[in-house]
Amino acid sequence: MPTAIETRALRKIYPAPPARKRGGARTSTFAPRTAAPPQGVRAEGGGIAALDGLDLSVEDGEFFGLLGPNGAGKTTTIGILTTRVRATSGEAFVAGKNVRTEDVAVRRRIGIVPQIPNPDRSLNAIENLIFHGAYFGIATREAERRAMGLLEQFDIGDKAQSKVEELSGGQQQRLMIARALLHEPQVLFLDEPTVGLDPQARLALWDVLRRLHREGRTIVMTTHYMQEADELCNRLAIVDQGRLLACDSPTKLKALAPGDTRIDLTIDGDADAAAASCRTLDGVTRVDVAAPDILAYAARGGELIPALIRAVEQSGARVQNINLAKPSLESLFVSLTGRKLG
Amino acid sequence: MNDQHPTTAVFFAMLRRDIRVARRELPFFLLRTTLQPLMLMIVFGYLLPKMGMMQAGYTSTLLPGVLALSLALSAVQSVALPMVAQFGFSKEIEDRLLAPVPTRIVALELVVAGTLQGLMAGLFVLPAGRLIMGPIQGLALGNFPEIFLVMVLGAATFSALGLLIGCAISPQQIGLMFSSIIGPMIFFGCMYYPWRALDKIPIMKYAVLVNPLVYVAEGMRATLIPEIPHMDLRVVCGALVFLLALFWHFGQRGFMKRAIT
Ligand SMILES: Nc1ncnc2c1ncn2[C@@H]1O[C@H](COP(=O)(O)OP(=O)(O)O)[C@@H](O)[C@H]1O
Ligand SMILES: [Mg+2]
Repeated sequence: MPTAIETRALRKIYPAPPARKRGGARTSTFAPRTAAPPQGVRAEGGGIAALDGLDLSVEDGEFFGLLGPNGAGKTTTIGILTTRVRATSGEAFVAGKNVRTEDVAVRRRIGIVPQIPNPDRSLNAIENLIFHGAYFGIATREAERRAMGLLEQFDIGDKAQSKVEELSGGQQQRLMIARALLHEPQVLFLDEPTVGLDPQARLALWDVLRRLHREGRTIVMTTHYMQEADELCNRLAIVDQGRLLACDSPTKLKALAPGDTRIDLTIDGDADAAAASCRTLDGVTRVDVAAPDILAYAARGGELIPALIRAVEQSGARVQNINLAKPSLESLFVSLTGRKLG
Repeated sequence: MNDQHPTTAVFFAMLRRDIRVARRELPFFLLRTTLQPLMLMIVFGYLLPKMGMMQAGYTSTLLPGVLALSLALSAVQSVALPMVAQFGFSKEIEDRLLAPVPTRIVALELVVAGTLQGLMAGLFVLPAGRLIMGPIQGLALGNFPEIFLVMVLGAATFSALGLLIGCAISPQQIGLMFSSIIGPMIFFGCMYYPWRALDKIPIMKYAVLVNPLVYVAEGMRATLIPEIPHMDLRVVCGALVFLLALFWHFGQRGFMKRAIT
């Protein structure tokens, strides 16, 4: 299978931000205040190392996820792959083209849905698509035909003539996806596409993305929602502080999570005694007490349930309730970094 | 997908976009760029001469100056203002930056579109000035090719200056740009007086030469009303070409820096 994306030892050092003047409240009226200060890693020489030797490989037709907390370097990675950010060192190829030396060829083959919608506000919805088509050499009539099709497909067909500011956040996001698809790119990039969407719009977007993937498009999406990555992606790269921590299918990654499956047992009786009894069982790796619950970790969780119930009863207590917590990307991330995701 | 569509097609697509937007905003555009020149002409070219506080012949000095001002202001603003906003917060320019053409082409298109807007303002103010101020002594529209050449060079120079300014300043600094760059440029731009009138104040005479507006105003004088003492047209054109090259060089460099981090 041809490789859609390939990066080798990608590094990006941003120059250090200019020292802030003391007491100067110099926040811009326009720029949204960033919620948290940048948490990038200080590089030698005072810069901020946003990416620190990233190797990625995405096959054609994959739905690939970049999962990581804020400041992990996801947007920087997308920026490099889409020719808008120059890597400090390392190499990146998209659709077989070098992003540094063949930037025009790369741009011709990609579509981008940015983190914050950036429609052309001087144009209405369909003009946004038609002019985008013109930038890619698509004749007006053909662009119009494709644009109407895409707008219909994304349920904003009735908004074709609307000004951009008349569209809701979710509708603008879908307009951005339509725009990114208009020139039929080989690879579609989406940077945290569901941030800021209400749950319903998020689910609608998931459907759209699943459909695009089924149609065979290569998709690279960043997110800091584990559930989203888990549900949508074939393969995931977990990144933090510019480094790749793990890269595999969601299922395999979850299997890497420590403690395997967690079985939560609500105990009627002495939880400590019940826990002690459970610890004697084969296959149970750890038992924590959080009275009235005990949390048992086991490699093959489901199969152990009858034995656990018996062990609890032997200790003289009874099981009131049982809950299975599957291994999650969250627990993997916690084990890899010692920090919570997002 | 048309894989080898030429760069020029993309360039013209972007130009078409700008023309469509400009056409839609034409009333605001004219208001923004010509209100000030029109008021200047009403006060200095109509009211004061009527009151006898200005010589009637002053309109011949003023018209080329005001024309230069409106041309220059609208060119510089029509590039710099949207760029500051689009790079600063709305990020609208990204769709064009991601078009499959070398990034410099996007900068070039902005400058060409700005030049066209400057020309449009000039072509609107010229007849409006004639209407407001009445017959202008010595007006020689016969030199149309030369007049047009100066207008194009002037608009292009200021459009490229707009590119330079637009990349260099942040949204918060727009007010500062007007008070610290555009303001002095207007007052020391030989708009209200011909350059040769500065003969008596040699320091000023040479100091104002750093001001690009001087060459546009003098060029307009040289071509529109040749009988007023003016700077040599060849000097004007040479200076404008030099400034255009300078502003473009640093403007596109700044643009590349903003476009690719
Ligand atoms: N233009 C920039 N200048 C300086 N630092 C930046 C810039 N863009 C991102 N960074 C820093 O690089 C790090 C990675 O940022 P980013 O790629 O945006 O992460 P993510 O998208 O995963 O949240 C952060 O520490 C961020 O502050
Ligand atoms: Mg990001």
